[in-house]
Amino acid sequence: MHLKYESFIREPLVDGNKTYKDVTADICRPIEQKPSKLWYFGLVVSLLFLGFGAFSVFWEVYWGIGVWGINHTIGWGWDITNFVWWVGIGHAGTLISAILLLFRQHWRTGVNRAAEAMTIFAVMCAGQFPIFHMGRVWDAMYVLPLPNTRGPLWPNFNSALLWDVFAISTYFTVSLLFWYSGLIPDFATIRDRAKTKLRKRLYGLASFGWTGTAKNWQRFEALSLVLAGLSTPLVLSVHTIVSFDFATSVIPGWHATIFPPYFVAGAIFSGFAMVNTLLILVRKIYHLEEYITMGHIEAMNKVIVLTGSIVGIAYLTELFMAWYSQVVYEQEAFKWRVLGPYWWSYWAMMTCNVVSPQFFWFKKLRRNIVFSFILSIVVNIGMWFERFVIIATTLYRDYIPSNWSYYSPTWPELGFYLGTFGLFFTCFLLFSKYFPVIAIAEIKFVLKTTGDKAHEDNLALEEKSLEEFIHIAEHAH
Amino acid sequence: MAVKKFAIACYDDEAPLFDAVHKVRHSGYKLHDVYTPFPVHGLDQAMGLKETDLHVAGFIFGITGTSTALGFMSWIFTSDWPINYGGKPFFSLPAMIPITFELTVMFAAVGMVLTYCYLNQIMPGVKKHVFHPRQSDDLFVVVIEVTEGTDEAELMNFLNSTNPVETNVQIAEEGWWYGRFDKEEEYQKQLA
Repeated sequence: MHLKYESFIREPLVDGNKTYKDVTADICRPIEQKPSKLWYFGLVVSLLFLGFGAFSVFWEVYWGIGVWGINHTIGWGWDITNFVWWVGIGHAGTLISAILLLFRQHWRTGVNRAAEAMTIFAVMCAGQFPIFHMGRVWDAMYVLPLPNTRGPLWPNFNSALLWDVFAISTYFTVSLLFWYSGLIPDFATIRDRAKTKLRKRLYGLASFGWTGTAKNWQRFEALSLVLAGLSTPLVLSVHTIVSFDFATSVIPGWHATIFPPYFVAGAIFSGFAMVNTLLILVRKIYHLEEYITMGHIEAMNKVIVLTGSIVGIAYLTELFMAWYSQVVYEQEAFKWRVLGPYWWSYWAMMTCNVVSPQFFWFKKLRRNIVFSFILSIVVNIGMWFERFVIIATTLYRDYIPSNWSYYSPTWPELGFYLGTFGLFFTCFLLFSKYFPVIAIAEIKFVLKTTGDKAHEDNLALEEKSLEEFIHIAEHAH
Repeated sequence: MAVKKFAIACYDDEAPLFDAVHKVRHSGYKLHDVYTPFPVHGLDQAMGLKETDLHVAGFIFGITGTSTALGFMSWIFTSDWPINYGGKPFFSLPAMIPITFELTVMFAAVGMVLTYCYLNQIMPGVKKHVFHPRQSDDLFVVVIEVTEGTDEAELMNFLNSTNPVETNVQIAEEGWWYGRFDKEEEYQKQLA
C-alpha cells in the first residue's frame, strides 16, 4: 500500500500503537469533555489581562499618545518593540505548516495545527501596536488606499511602513485560510461523532458540509500544496519587510543590509520557542504525549539552536561592520548599545539569545522537558530584548547630543503589552478547548508509515535476507 | 436535488478498499463516490479521476493580483497624483515590488480558497448526506448508485464478497442543500 519505506532508525512520530479510531478519540477528547478547573482558571486570568489591556488602550486613545513614555528622541518604544516581537512569534506556525510541508518533514503533522493557531493569534496581537501607536486611531483606515475627498490622496507606496501594512494583512489572511482549510475535515470528524444536537449543528456549520469524497481530498491536497508554496516566500517576506522599517532608514544601527536575514532567523527562533512553550503545556494538560512526542520537542530544539546561532552571528557581524565601515556614527551607535546606559538590555539579549540555546547541542538537554520549557521562555525574553535593543537603544542617542534622552515605559504601555498576552491566551485557550489541537486527518495520513506498528514491521523487514525483502516489497500492494 | 438509492460498503483499511474499487470499476456497477477520513494517495487514480486543475485557478488569481498592484501603483505615481520624493523617478519599480508580491499572494490564496469551496461545494450552512458516521473517523466507504437496471441482491452479494466490515442500502439526496446537521432525522423522515 505505502511505497514509502521509513528506516527503523527514525523515531516513530506517533507512539502507542494507535489505530485510526484511537487517533480520532484521543484528539477529540478535550472537545467532548468538560474543561478542567485549570482551564477555567487560565481563561479568567487571561480575560483579566485582556480587560486591563483594553483599559490601557482606552486610556491612551482618550488622553492621546502622550500618556506613553515615548518622547521626541525615542518615537518608537515598547509599542513597536512588542509589535516586532509578536510578529516574530507569528512566524513559526506558517514555517512549520508551509516550509516543512514542502520539505516533506512528516513530524510537522503533530504540531502544525497548534503552531498555526499560535501564528494567527500572535499576528492579531502584533497588529494592535502600530494601529494604536498612530494616536488618532479613528484615522487608521487611511493606511489602506481608500478613495477619499482629498484628491483622492493615496498613501505613499514607496514607504516601508506601508509595505508592512500589506505584508501583515496578507500574512494574516493567508495563514487564516491555510489553517481553516485544514480544519474543515477535522470539524467534519467532530460533527459526525457529535452526541449533542448543539455540537452537531455548530460543527456542521464550521465544517462547511464537508464529507470527504476522493475528489474533495484530491483538491484538498492540491490546495495545501499551493498554499504552502505561496506561504513559503510569504513567511520570509513578512519579517524582511518588517526589517525594512528599520533598514531603509538612515539611522546608524538600523541602516544595514544584514537586517532581513537576521530578522527572519530571529523570528523563526522566537516562534519555535513559543511553539515549544505552548505545546509542552498542551501535551501535558490534554494528555497528548503520544502525538507530540519527545522527538517533536527535540526537532524544535534543534531549530532553536540553529537559528539562535545565526542570530548570534548576526549580532557579531553588526559589531564587526561598525568597526570595519569606519563610519564614526555607526561605531558610536554600537558603542552606546553595548556599553551605554542600556547596557543591561544588550547583555540580557546576548545571554538569552546567543549563550542559552547553545545548551541544546547536548542531546540530554534537548530531550529534557523541564529544561526545554524553561529555555523556550528564556529565548522569548531574549528576543524581546533584541527588539528593545534595536529600537530604543538605537534611537536614544541620535546625531545631536542635546537630543539625547532616556526612555522608560509608563503603565498604559505596560498594560497594553499585558493586554495582548490576555488576548493571545484567551484565544489559545478557546482554541484548545473547541478546536482539534492536532490535525486529525494528517496524523491518520502518516500513521501507517511512521506509527509504532510500522516501525515494528520495518524492524522485522530489516532482519530478512535481500531476496525475501525484494519479494515482500514487490507484493506489498 | 435528486434523491437516489445507494448501496454502501465500508472497509477498515486501505488494502481491501483498493481491491474493492478495482473490482467495482471492472464489474460495471455505477461507482457514485468513495468517502475516506483522510487523503488516500492513489485512490483518485484507482477511481479513474482526473488530476485537479485547482492550481491553474491559483495562477490566474495570482497574476490578477500582480497586475492589479502594478497597474494601480503605476497609475497613481505617474498620472493620478505624481509626487516628487527626493528627486527620484515617478515610476520607481523596485519600490513597488514588496506590495506587488504581497498582493499576488493575497489574490492567489483568497481566490484559490474560494474556488476550492465552490468546486467542493462547501460553505457554512451546506448540508450533505453522510453515508456512514464513521466515514470521517476510521472507515473507508464505497458508495454505488442503485439504478433501475441494477439487480440489488446481486450487487449486495458482490459487495459482501469484497471483505467489507459493513454494507447497507440507503435512499439519499445526492447533492447538497441548505440545511442543518442536527436535523438529520427529519430529513430521513421526509425521504421515507
